[in-house]
Amino acid sequence: MKPAFSVIFLTTLLGAGQGLFLALFTHQSYALFGLLPMQSDAFYGYGSVIALLLLGGGLIASFFHLGRPERAWRAASQWRTSWLSREVIALPVFMGMIFVYGVSHLSGFRPEVVTLPSGMLIDLSVVIGYIGTFLAFVLFICTGMVYACLRFLREWYSPLTVINYILMGGSSGFILAAFYAALAAPSQTYFFVGWALIITLLAFVGRIASLIRNARLKPKSTMQTAIGVKHPHIVQRSMGSMGGSFNTREFFHGKSPAFLRTIKPAFLLLAFVVPLLMLAMGTFSPSLLGLVFVLQYIGLLAERWFFFAQANHPQNLYYQTIG
Amino acid sequence: MTQLALVIDLNVCVGCHACVTSCKEWNTSGSAGPLCDENPFGADPTGTFFNRVQTFEIGQYPNSETLHFPKSCLHCEDPPCVPVCPTGASYKRKEDGIVLVDYDKCIGCKYCTWACPYGAREIDEKEKVMKKCTLCVDRIYDQSLAEIDRKPSCVKACPTSARLFGDIHDPESEISQAIREEGGYPLMPEWGTHPANHYLPRRKTKLKIHMDELERADNPLKVDGQLPKPAKGAPSMDDASAW
Ligand code: SF4
Ligand code: SF4
Repeated sequence: MKPAFSVIFLTTLLGAGQGLFLALFTHQSYALFGLLPMQSDAFYGYGSVIALLLLGGGLIASFFHLGRPERAWRAASQWRTSWLSREVIALPVFMGMIFVYGVSHLSGFRPEVVTLPSGMLIDLSVVIGYIGTFLAFVLFICTGMVYACLRFLREWYSPLTVINYILMGGSSGFILAAFYAALAAPSQTYFFVGWALIITLLAFVGRIASLIRNARLKPKSTMQTAIGVKHPHIVQRSMGSMGGSFNTREFFHGKSPAFLRTIKPAFLLLAFVVPLLMLAMGTFSPSLLGLVFVLQYIGLLAERWFFFAQANHPQNLYYQTIG
Repeated sequence: MTQLALVIDLNVCVGCHACVTSCKEWNTSGSAGPLCDENPFGADPTGTFFNRVQTFEIGQYPNSETLHFPKSCLHCEDPPCVPVCPTGASYKRKEDGIVLVDYDKCIGCKYCTWACPYGAREIDEKEKVMKKCTLCVDRIYDQSLAEIDRKPSCVKACPTSARLFGDIHDPESEISQAIREEGGYPLMPEWGTHPANHYLPRRKTKLKIHMDELERADNPLKVDGQLPKPAKGAPSMDDASAW
């Protein structure tokens, strides 16, 4: 498939935004149970603003993918059958929930909802936080399923696609949270770094697993089934057009196999190995964590490029030779 | 239930592209708007087509054959392109099984093309909506046309009648019979899309002559002379006489 930059930015920015929110609320939940010191409202509030900015950036990127963005609202109508439609609904609902979460912290409007028998006070921001956490996972599943539900694209047709979207988004978000904490609440940095290490490691394992799986795939469709002729030697002599078509532009990445072979170790290093090593060094200055986040984000962009380029669509069998 | 479809006889197709041009002509002039082209007279002409004729070489020289292969939307009975559409612009008509795109609803997200294993959909790069074969839905029901013209444009154009049109759910239709009796097959059956369009295979008409067919078994001239030669006026049917 041809990697579309709108979708690469959409999925990576959403992942970082969702991960950041999950990181913030994980911290608040720990603090609620007294496992960590509760931070100021501003910490959670401004953190939500950053998450919202990332999600908004993703939303804007998504519009560049559409031929008719002015009709985008129509995309919410087929949620019964289409994962893309479900994603289109889940994203603004999730953003709305983060907005309320952020406002609740920044305005200090945190009315008590219930006091548990143990004496624990559950206020509005906690309730919203749990709903937001649930929605973050809903959105991850929708985004992953947009790709994982296409049975012809066998490189994507696997639960690993969804799992990896969750893990890579989580890794990116927790690293960003560590950077943010190093600036805004330095005493809490180690908490986010710890989780970032665990999630990044899991993401690394998940991505390697999907690379191994994809390397072993055997194509289901062949030249023989594509045109229904039983013969071991079938060669296309003409695809029916000389100047290319939508089918040659949308489904081929157009880069050399050598480029593909280079980008794979590059993204594995940048998105996983380098961040893991840098986080494991144990010195958490804001500039170092900022650098980790940026390097990893570049790695994730390359990872997403590869994710699309590696998927081999069966329609390509019909578009091999211009002549 | 009706499921309209095309059956394409690969044994007859000569690869002349008449169906391609006739399809383009009809569908670029209709009320749904043009099928846009880019650089039509430039170095890299490209454009939107519903139908393409491709050419394949089967076998290796000198034992090779050329196969011309027209390809358009197959109007799958279980179309994977429809449920993925987020807007409902792609739909399959209940009454005749035609898969259509509502150009007024489509947002041009191209997701349906990812879900079609056959590459049958092409985005119109100027109108920015998805386009695909409509089986000439604006033609086959048009009462103002003579009945003989109420067929898809490609079917009318084919000089060798390689394209048949009809209802594959009617066992008596011409195309159902052709599929049944001439080995009609669907493309990429492995995906369970149940394409409505079928293809008839290339066939070689070979005459097989056995040795005994080269000899007149009943030896009418009696050249072996074992039976008396009949008189000239005697009946001349093989089994009754020697003439
Ligand atoms: S051929 Fe492709 S576009 Fe046509 S109905 Fe089947 S899946 Fe959909
Ligand atoms: S491109 Fe149009 S028809 Fe295709 S899935 Fe998107 S909205 Fe539906």
